[in-house]
Amino acid sequence: MNVWFSLLAVIILVLIPLGAVGGASLGYLFGIVIPYTAFGAFLCGFIYRVFQWGRSPVPFRIPTTCGQQKSLPWIKASFFDNPSNGVGVFGRMALEILLFRSLFRNTKVELMGQRPVYGGAKWLWLAGLTFHWSFLFVLLRHLRFFTTPMPSWVDILTKMDGFFEVGVPTLFLTDAALLLAVAYLFLRRVVIPQLRYISLPADYFPLFLILGVVLSGILMRHFYKVDLFRVKELASGWFRFTPVVPDGIGLPFYVHLFLVCVLLAYFPMSKLMHMGGVFLSPTRNLANNSRTRRHINPWNYPVKVHTYEEYEDEFRDKMKAAGLPVEKE
Amino acid sequence: MAKILKPDELTQINFEPPRTGWMNTPVEFRPGTWCYSAAPKNLKYLDLPNPREWQPSDADWKLPANWKEIILEGFKERLEKYRSFRLFMDICVRCGACADKCHFFIGSGDPKNMPVLRAELLRSVYRRYFTTSGKIMGKLGGARELTVDVLKEWFYYFYQCTACRRCSVFCPYGIDQAEITMIGRELLNLVGCNINWIIEPAANCFRTGNHLGLQPHAIKDMLDFFADDIEDRTGIRVEVPINKKGAEILFVTPSGDLFADPGTFTCMGYLMLFHEIGLDYTWSTYASEGGNFGLFSSHELMKRLNAKIYDEARRLGVKWILGGECGHMWRVLHQYMDTMNGPADFLEEPVSPLTGTKFENARSTKMVHITEFTADLIRHNQLQLDPSRNDRLKVTFHDSCNPARAMGLFEEPRYVIKKVCNHFYEMPENTIREQTFCCGGGAGLGTDENMEMRMRGGFPRANAVKFVQEKHGVNRLACICAIDRATLHSLMEYWVPGVEVTGVHEMVANALMMKGEKERTTDLRGQPLQKMEGSEDV
Ligand code: SF4
Ligand code: SF4
Repeated sequence: MNVWFSLLAVIILVLIPLGAVGGASLGYLFGIVIPYTAFGAFLCGFIYRVFQWGRSPVPFRIPTTCGQQKSLPWIKASFFDNPSNGVGVFGRMALEILLFRSLFRNTKVELMGQRPVYGGAKWLWLAGLTFHWSFLFVLLRHLRFFTTPMPSWVDILTKMDGFFEVGVPTLFLTDAALLLAVAYLFLRRVVIPQLRYISLPADYFPLFLILGVVLSGILMRHFYKVDLFRVKELASGWFRFTPVVPDGIGLPFYVHLFLVCVLLAYFPMSKLMHMGGVFLSPTRNLANNSRTRRHINPWNYPVKVHTYEEYEDEFRDKMKAAGLPVEKE
Repeated sequence: MAKILKPDELTQINFEPPRTGWMNTPVEFRPGTWCYSAAPKNLKYLDLPNPREWQPSDADWKLPANWKEIILEGFKERLEKYRSFRLFMDICVRCGACADKCHFFIGSGDPKNMPVLRAELLRSVYRRYFTTSGKIMGKLGGARELTVDVLKEWFYYFYQCTACRRCSVFCPYGIDQAEITMIGRELLNLVGCNINWIIEPAANCFRTGNHLGLQPHAIKDMLDFFADDIEDRTGIRVEVPINKKGAEILFVTPSGDLFADPGTFTCMGYLMLFHEIGLDYTWSTYASEGGNFGLFSSHELMKRLNAKIYDEARRLGVKWILGGECGHMWRVLHQYMDTMNGPADFLEEPVSPLTGTKFENARSTKMVHITEFTADLIRHNQLQLDPSRNDRLKVTFHDSCNPARAMGLFEEPRYVIKKVCNHFYEMPENTIREQTFCCGGGAGLGTDENMEMRMRGGFPRANAVKFVQEKHGVNRLACICAIDRATLHSLMEYWVPGVEVTGVHEMVANALMMKGEKERTTDLRGQPLQKMEGSEDV
């Protein structure tokens, strides 16, 4: 049910610009107003969410340590997995964010003759990594629409991406990789029973949405060609804050753009915020040094304790009888 | 105690989730899978809310009339106090990487024991009351009303999590179910839904200083009794300093070591070691507990119980503190003590009086773990050891969750074990160190009415032990945690008969050649030491 609901939602989202721009030529709304609004929502929403997390303090040091602590000098400490200083933390975070290190550890449990066995399970890691990296590359490639002159690294990137020169225009490797990864991430959600069980519309929806964005992008590049000069005209207009909507960009472009706008606006209120959150996670971004350095809990407050005096008052006779020293005779 | 299934019945585990969605599958309190509620007298002793007679299996939980406001208010407060909590409510992508990492899920197949879903039990309520999208979208947005059934579900599943943090190791964002469980339990405590196996030890600890409620003279009796036993085995009378002012070191260990086998042997091990090296130390009857059941209940209770250790160190005027083999004691000491009850500026940076080693990693807390201390002694040749005295033992080591995952104490105990016994075998890679599996009875769940769940939760651990038992003939399971020493025993009896549980310092003491000792014929358990020559003519 959750799958169908999300699919339906995305289909409607595709139909909206098709109907509106196609039927009523609402280029101004879809080419200017909605993109600005979506981008604004993304920016403000993102900042607000990070600010909201940042407002809650981290009262205790609770890093998950995945390796040997730093203790005696002759015991080799695990520098990244159990960092004792800022450099280690930086390394740990970099490995986590760039290489998805925790996911790399993934295992899969299976019952074999009533015994659990743990096998490697790297597919999720591979798909996740592929998905995120290709997404980033695709995004960077898009810079060529926004910049004049185009920085040379964007050009190099684009050339590399089309290295194999399959088809005309060249099929980008990252497009293909992104498509495959999204498909895998979606399929595992519907095929693996436990995963299907935990999946909410909020899990399928972004997948379909991204799928829609990628497909409309590919369609636009390879099948229903749009006029790239006009696209560039529009895109660079946004940045100079003097946008004009050139005629005849073509409908597929508006579908693509609208889906991107929905994605942007949806981003801050969804689980996609893990992009910002991963940097703030206290189990990962703290050094394991709470025995070396005192950390302050900003809301620490006095609590009721059972003092030694009260204790001795209750047990004094018994302590004396047992020959244990007491404070008061 | 509920009747418990046979091992091969218990392993009929089905990982396939039910047909009904999880929000529409209410929890059923099946005997053997939950713990009794806290007795009113214990709650009263600790001034905790809503003391009353009730049981989780009752239909009416006798909640206060405004229970919902209390919970939601508490929820809000905690979102503002803990970034971990707020973040972990928001950023889970439900990738499921954590799903099959929880020992309770592996042993029960219950989908709500997947860490991600256990968290969703709280998150669904969070979305409904604290996010705009949840308020608008309702169930489609993964949000749901807070009802009594939801509360019961929380209770059931937050007391089926040992806060072992294994799931956190695998989560790409480090989402730590232990943090969420702790908050979940705090919320339940606000309306008086706690379990007795946590609150009674906590109340005892508050009053007498230790979980078992041992009064000062009883502690002295126990320690004297151990001294007699040691004299019997070794011919040496060890001294047992208690509440001694001006000692150099305060020694704190879980009270389980004073009371229940096989912890008692570990305790004798400490006494022998300290005697042999002539350590100037003292026990305390007031701070006679290292373990802290507050950790399983609320941050506040944790702080209240933990305060004793520094207070006593101050009163006795010691220089630093040495801590025994205990799991969650180390979690608290390591991650919370200094922040909650520090600064310990009246103490000195710990230095081993024998080797001169500065324990720089304990510079601020001033509290050293006994395996760090002993490893350093052995490294500096301060101990005469005869590991062949442990030749009868084929040992494997259980990384107790808390010292392992909450602080990274992996090598020290291994170093000590390898120096005091000749036969050491690791369990399979995916079941040790940071990936270690819980004993199934930690975080206050180690009580008998919960036996089925304990055996299910402990199944992955037991299975790994069974592997080395079959492969290498392992017959001892060493650990550095008092809860483990209590719970692993039943676990082994049930799943892996023939494997006994031991603390590390029991083995140290067996191997320790003490100055002036008589020829030892038995180990601390009174079992005959294997003769080296004799072993060949079997
Ligand atoms: S591994 Fe982390 S992000 Fe993935 S489902 Fe579990 S808690 Fe959520
Ligand atoms: S903390 Fe441990 S017991 Fe709790 S959900 Fe995670 S793996 Fe399971």
